[in-house]
Amino acid sequence: MEFEPKILGFLCNWCSYAGADLAGVSRIQYPPNLRVIRVMCSGRVDPVFVLDALMKGLDGVLVLGCHLGDCHYIDGNYEAESKYRALEMLLENINLNDRINLDWVSASEGMRFADLVDEFTEKIKSLGPSPISSSTKDLKLLDELQAIKRVFSNSRIRSLIGRERKITLLENTYGETIDFEKFNKILKDALDSEFYRSQIYLSLLKKSASVKDISQEINIDKTLVFKNLLMLRQRGLADVAGVDGLDPIYKAL
Amino acid sequence: MSEKIGSVMIVGGGIAGTQAALDLSESGYKVYIIESSGSIGGVMAQLDKTFPTNDCSMCILSPKLVQAGRHQNIEIITMAKITGLEGKAGNFKVDILKKSRFIDEEKCTGCGICAQECPIEAIDVFNEDLSISKAISVKFPQAVPLYYSINKEKCIGCGICQGVCKVKAINYTEEDHEINLNVGSILLAQGFDEFDPTVLKPYGYGKHPNVVTSIEFERILSASGPYSGMVLRPSDGTIPEKVAFLQCIGSRDCHHGKEYCSSVCCMYTAKEAVIAKEHQQQVNPTIFTMDIRAYGKDFDKYIERAQEEYGVRYIRSRIPSIEENPVDHDLILTYESEKGEIISETFNMVVLAVGINPPSTSKELSSNLGIELNEYGFCQTRPFSPTQTTKDGIFVCGAFSEPKDIPESVVQASAAASHVNALLSSVRNTEITKKEYPEEQDVSGEDPRVGVFICHCGINIGGVVNVPEVVEYTKTLPNVAYAESNLYTCSADTQISIKEKIIEHNLNRVVVASCTPRTHEPLFRETVKEAGLNQYLFQMTNIRDQCSWVHMHQPEEATEKAKDLVKMAIFRVQKNRPLQELDLEITPNVLVIGGGVSGLNAALNLAQQGHSIYLVEKDEKLGGFARNIHKTIEGYDVQNYLNKLIERVKKHNKITIFKNTNIKNLAGYLGNFKTTVINEANNETQELEHGVIIVATGAVENRKNEYNLEENSNIITQSELELMLQNKKDIKKKQRIVMIQCVGSRNEEHPYCSRICCSEAIKNALSIKALNSDCEVVVLYRDMRTYGFKESFYRKAREKGVIFLTYNKIDNVKVNDKNRNMIVTVKTRFGENFIIESDLVVLSTGLISPEGTERLSKMLKVPLNDDNFFLEAHVKLRPVDFATEGIFLCGTARAPATIEESISQGRAAAARAMTILAKDVIHSEGVTSSVDEELCTGCRICIRLCPYNAIERNELGVAVIREALCKGCGLCAASCPEKAIIVKHFEKDQILAELTAFGGEYIGV
Repeated sequence: MEFEPKILGFLCNWCSYAGADLAGVSRIQYPPNLRVIRVMCSGRVDPVFVLDALMKGLDGVLVLGCHLGDCHYIDGNYEAESKYRALEMLLENINLNDRINLDWVSASEGMRFADLVDEFTEKIKSLGPSPISSSTKDLKLLDELQAIKRVFSNSRIRSLIGRERKITLLENTYGETIDFEKFNKILKDALDSEFYRSQIYLSLLKKSASVKDISQEINIDKTLVFKNLLMLRQRGLADVAGVDGLDPIYKAL
Repeated sequence: MSEKIGSVMIVGGGIAGTQAALDLSESGYKVYIIESSGSIGGVMAQLDKTFPTNDCSMCILSPKLVQAGRHQNIEIITMAKITGLEGKAGNFKVDILKKSRFIDEEKCTGCGICAQECPIEAIDVFNEDLSISKAISVKFPQAVPLYYSINKEKCIGCGICQGVCKVKAINYTEEDHEINLNVGSILLAQGFDEFDPTVLKPYGYGKHPNVVTSIEFERILSASGPYSGMVLRPSDGTIPEKVAFLQCIGSRDCHHGKEYCSSVCCMYTAKEAVIAKEHQQQVNPTIFTMDIRAYGKDFDKYIERAQEEYGVRYIRSRIPSIEENPVDHDLILTYESEKGEIISETFNMVVLAVGINPPSTSKELSSNLGIELNEYGFCQTRPFSPTQTTKDGIFVCGAFSEPKDIPESVVQASAAASHVNALLSSVRNTEITKKEYPEEQDVSGEDPRVGVFICHCGINIGGVVNVPEVVEYTKTLPNVAYAESNLYTCSADTQISIKEKIIEHNLNRVVVASCTPRTHEPLFRETVKEAGLNQYLFQMTNIRDQCSWVHMHQPEEATEKAKDLVKMAIFRVQKNRPLQELDLEITPNVLVIGGGVSGLNAALNLAQQGHSIYLVEKDEKLGGFARNIHKTIEGYDVQNYLNKLIERVKKHNKITIFKNTNIKNLAGYLGNFKTTVINEANNETQELEHGVIIVATGAVENRKNEYNLEENSNIITQSELELMLQNKKDIKKKQRIVMIQCVGSRNEEHPYCSRICCSEAIKNALSIKALNSDCEVVVLYRDMRTYGFKESFYRKAREKGVIFLTYNKIDNVKVNDKNRNMIVTVKTRFGENFIIESDLVVLSTGLISPEGTERLSKMLKVPLNDDNFFLEAHVKLRPVDFATEGIFLCGTARAPATIEESISQGRAAAARAMTILAKDVIHSEGVTSSVDEELCTGCRICIRLCPYNAIERNELGVAVIREALCKGCGLCAASCPEKAIIVKHFEKDQILAELTAFGGEYIGV
């Protein structure tokens, strides 16, 4: 039997949901794999929701908003874009970025909506079942997703993303704008390091371990593990539990 | 004397009529919309995109149509026209003829099965005859109201539709009937007819298949149009590589068309060219035009982008005829280039930019109502009152009085509403109905008992999805207390049965699985409310538009999908909470900032309705920029009008005037503002409390020392010339006067068009000629932008011998003023050089925003555009609103405007403000955000993100949501670093419930 993916869509009320309605009114046929959650604005789609969907083993997630400039709430879709970009950066690390897609559909683009669903469904089919829900159940990947969810629940990351457009487009507190590329690099570094920290923390939650053990367990360079463990200690999330030979053993708090 | 009636009739349900209906119904009047076609929406519903933002037309229009369609106090009477009128202002008796649709509007659910089964193919009027509809049809899929109708001319009476209609709505014997209504006022908003180019034989429209009109092209561009948005030519369905757009078809044409300018064609053509290119990269658009009339806000920027980013080619030429190659149906245009060569060029498709004509019904209407039409057949209006007809109590808005674009029409709609407000304010709230609901049950603490109603929608859903199977499945889900299917869940009898079931089965949650919540959720919420449940304990899911209709050939998969969707709704509804709409009291006073023409009009209109007005003017005199203008281009006396207006404002006991006064500080929000004003003369401050703010700070002349303006007394501005024209002697001595247009406008510093200067120049040129016909007047211009009826004065000026020379760049115009007689040299657009001796040089310097604009924008927390004019909430549909509720905008503070346009805007802002002031309390939306103060760290991210300025920090430094301003978009919640914000009704747990219903529990947990 052919693989029929389970795909979730977050559609904004004003444009993309209306576009989906128009596809219906125009009887444009598309694959029946999509289930829709209606939100008022694509900017409401917290990356955490998308991660939840992936963690529940759904095969793909679509987020659709108004075309840029058309947002019913002025620029909510730009915010959606900022969030999505950050999410994509981390999902790229674990090769799940192909399973999410952000795009724009206007209320008059029934055909475009159907085409997008069509293309995305095909793409997910070609990727095969989510490694999480497939028979092999990739639990390591699930751990990594769990870590990414922690990253997007983290106030540091949320603060950065929430201020992105202000400081790259308008002005920061000094009345200056930060170059987008520069900001992007800062964000990318922050995402990566928070991802390491989450992975380390989650690994410690399961079992206290040394830097070496953690490095093997989550496949990250030892120096990086150590550096980020220090930050976890500072935050009061980890501490030394004892020493094994020459290796301190860390535990989660 | 007969009593006044608190209801209004609006004739025409296009965007202007719809806007006026919404304004007036929100201000306490009963509104009847009389619409000649089957549904409201007008021409705007046919458009693909709108300029200059390329907004999707239907996206922005359809929420307004839906709102009007379900408004408690708006009654839409379609397929109707006025046949007679008696009475006078305040109390009219109107006879209306309603044509039969042959379909019972009470019963039709708009399901569309009749049209599916109809064997007769008729022409689709909405798609401009480019596609096929049926003899029984609806105008367009999103039509409001959504009732089908039978085209009697096409119908063969086979009876099939009657057979398939499950609700028995078809009635072949229904007859036209008369309706009599008693209303206090009438507002005319019939819009326009497009010019029919078949009379212009040389263009071959109707004969050459690839010559189409602009409105047909608009449908071609539309994603919901006949070609699904692909740019194809009608003769063979290929993509036309070369498309020519011909401007002024039926406009600015005394011989075959109309003398006036249709005002909108230059811009819509630029838009159509840009969108065509966007849809189909292969298309190369060329626009043939005389002038580019991009006189509106941000229009010139759009034209520039069209040329630079989209490669749209402009050729300054009027094409006299079109030849067709009969073999391949290509079209050959012959024109004179700017260099004077005669060129023949082949195009694959030609679009005729057809002008705006008065509606064909206007003569009949004018005699039925006793109103006058002007020389062109449009509605005659009064001087300085562009929305008043010649008959008291009857008002006009939109294109029916003069060709105009969407925002101008919307402004006029509100302006016309302001007249009704002033006329009928004593009988406000007398004709409206307020609905009473049973007391709301408290269901807190009860276990969820969900009732599920699944719609067959005739065969629309039931023909694909196995509805009984879904019902049986539903019954197996936790907490479902009751489930049934309905033939039509939306029909009136089902509403009664839902209410009965709620009581019978003691339901405390309701789910409907049917069509789209965008149109039907309000109906079902209403039903739930009538049964005593909180309306938010309801959830709807769409198993038609997004399931059965799009998976017609996969019934099993569609059924599985429907089960999932219903399950998601059932899971979610259990997490839904009852929400209350908050009441917000309104301080009924108004702050008007700026005492020019627009501010004065706004103040006076609201004072007439009994509101206290604080009118703040920074100058020592009222009147603003209009003090420099002595008459309009039509010859009306501005100073006389202005003095009388100021006199009325000064005498009005409800208006307090603060001169020499600025705003010092401003706090508060919709309904409850506190403003400190300071008198700059004596430094006295005063605190004012008010519910709304109207910003009318105007514009000033852009006076810079260009062309030695400050040094040489023979180089003056147009307003100085106007003053000089009052003293006739000075002009009688002049032999030659040169006017230079666009000095300080449309340049790098001020890239926008100042809109008024072309008409100013023509007006003054005509005055010079009237005083001294021997004086030669030369006008150096870039594009002559005498839009609308002003075009006739341009023609008159040419007849009187005024010389017009067009140049490309201001650098091509030089003035040597070393000698007593100045020498003006100009290199024209066509490359000719002229040396003109002149004893007076007049500069058209344009308008800029006044000093202090930025400061005020920061205090009000409302935005400015790149040109330092205030930026409205939406350039098309909310032209005098700010995104922040309770603050309105009018006059030249928004963008350059004529006096009459400023008057309309002032009145429009007043009418918009009235939609708030007419209520003692405003209900905030139930779907709003709220902050958990314990979690909030005061980082201010949400404050910056909120598009409505609905969030502020309290004295403890934590964020507080002003619920009255919150629109519930949820941006703040999705961005809050501490997750301290919840969006009611879109809470995390509610969304996760839906997600879990589909995705199951977390794996490995």
